[in-house]
Amino acid sequence: MADHDHPQGEDAHDAHGSVYRVAGALTITRAATTQREIDALPDPLTIDLSEIERMDTVGAWIVYRTVRDRHAEVIGASRDEVSLLKQVGEFDHPVKVHPEEQASFFRVLSEIGEWMADIGTTLLGLLGFFGATLIGSANVIRRPARRFRLNAVVTRFDVVGVRALGIIGLMSFLIGIVIAQQGAVQLAQFGAEVYTINLIGRITVRELGVLMTAIMVAGRSGSAFAAQIGTMKITEEIDAMRTIGVSPVEALVIPRMMAAIVMMPLLAFWAIVTALLGGGLFVWFDLTIPPLTYIQRLQEVIPMTDLWIALIKAPVFGFIIALAGCFQGMLVQGNSEEVGSRTTTAVVQSIFLVIVLDAVFAVFFSSIGWK
Amino acid sequence: MTPKDCDPIITVRGLDNAFGEQVIHHDLNLTVCRGEILGVVGGSGTGKSVLLRSIIGLQTPDAGEIEVLGENMIDRTEDEAKNIRRRWGILFQNGALFSTLTVAENVEVPIREYFPYIEPPLLDEIASFKIAMGGLPADAGPKYPSELSGGMVKRAGIARALALDPELLFLDEPTSGLDPIAAAAFDQLILSLQRRLGLTVFLITHDLDTLHSICDRIAVLADKRVLGVGTIPELLALDHPWIQEYFNGPRGRAAAASYEHEVVA
Repeated sequence: MADHDHPQGEDAHDAHGSVYRVAGALTITRAATTQREIDALPDPLTIDLSEIERMDTVGAWIVYRTVRDRHAEVIGASRDEVSLLKQVGEFDHPVKVHPEEQASFFRVLSEIGEWMADIGTTLLGLLGFFGATLIGSANVIRRPARRFRLNAVVTRFDVVGVRALGIIGLMSFLIGIVIAQQGAVQLAQFGAEVYTINLIGRITVRELGVLMTAIMVAGRSGSAFAAQIGTMKITEEIDAMRTIGVSPVEALVIPRMMAAIVMMPLLAFWAIVTALLGGGLFVWFDLTIPPLTYIQRLQEVIPMTDLWIALIKAPVFGFIIALAGCFQGMLVQGNSEEVGSRTTTAVVQSIFLVIVLDAVFAVFFSSIGWK
Repeated sequence: MTPKDCDPIITVRGLDNAFGEQVIHHDLNLTVCRGEILGVVGGSGTGKSVLLRSIIGLQTPDAGEIEVLGENMIDRTEDEAKNIRRRWGILFQNGALFSTLTVAENVEVPIREYFPYIEPPLLDEIASFKIAMGGLPADAGPKYPSELSGGMVKRAGIARALALDPELLFLDEPTSGLDPIAAAAFDQLILSLQRRLGLTVFLITHDLDTLHSICDRIAVLADKRVLGVGTIPELLALDHPWIQEYFNGPRGRAAAASYEHEVVA
């Protein structure tokens, strides 16, 4: 096969134009070279196919377009080649290949416009979704015996809460150690290592325990909510539910939301305890403060309000994470690619909202005197 | 049952495939001749798609020999495989178009991969005549697969399969999910492409109309092997219950009747 895949395009030119003689095979393998050789020849051009052995549709197309664009003359073509040339000619419709591009100024303008419109519809949709979940919750509360899906809720509790204990515990434990270690190094410069306990206690209880848990839950469960619901949307399971008369909000969204709202404070508390444990171990081994003293000091330096702040914030964060996850899942339509992009959006959105709300909470609680 | 003047383009000998305990194929033999349209039929779960995947090298069989275009498909190196892949085109059941590329870019993918030196203007022209060959309208080129209907996805898939002027075309249920008019048009497209380009077509189908109207021979998969290969009358002469049920069931009879009408008219 290798032999006759190399046609010798011979070109001869004189005052009356040029002749391109193809010998061997004219196929896609030689398309680039053949085209370049033909382009190099002056008009009027004659293509001699008398010594050709094989021609495929791409080869025929090259001959055809040369005839079409440069009015070249084809000589020596056998019946097969003539019919192939005719056949490819039949498919010469003006087919567009690339999408039309606008001028860059208008493109930027329209992109900004689309972006703004997108933000508007997303916010409106989120509000509508929030309303739908409220109505769904009201329905469940009114008829708990019939509408409350115990099995679904318990499954979600397990997936969102129990199965997250290991990773959240490990993460918080390590964060406790890091805070203790960094704090001890800095405070040692002032001879104030003993205040490391204040640092660990207040920062983990008031801020980091909840925040890190929220980030972990967003990455672990918020993304799963979006992916699960999005996949169900694509496979038309949600449509099937609706036609059977099961409300997707009640069956899918409310159990997930409940799981996130109930599990977040528990997980946050667990995270706080393990972070204090990690910090305590570091303090014990590095600063040789015995555990009993550590616990006693913690009791003295952490005001009870710190824990209340954490436990108030946690369910709100859980709600935000579940809302963003389920909402993005419900927005999926079309292809499976969208599941991925919506899942990403859900995680980014929920972490962003959690941090914004955390700042709002920080200002709020300080101003009511919970310092 | 292989015709005497057969120039084998695919040869499968003693193929065994199993997933764990579940045996899909046992000692399966099949020969596809150059220039024919071979239809492969069989009930659900008889391993039609597994057979296709074994032949095109997406799945390594447990035992057996597979030869495609004269090359051994088992234990070959990646380079050898590339040479064979250039000479066939495959239409997957759901089109398998790359969703982030337009139809035209999808058609250009195999050409770019093997012939990167073709200049963009020529490349675009090749893509657009392949698209026209697949029977797509002029405005389909810049569209994304998600904007196409089921029938158009299949046509775009066939345009991509034809990109490198293959000798051999594999089609996995080309007419499934199409309405009868689109399915009939697609059958005619396959037939006309096969006649024009001298293709060999290996076609998996459930569509009795496709079998009647375009297939030269039909291979029946059942009981983990190929029960028989031949034209419909030849297969019916085998007197196997599944074959009888398939071609003489209510749908089979209807398809046969409409095809005879067509021939008489």
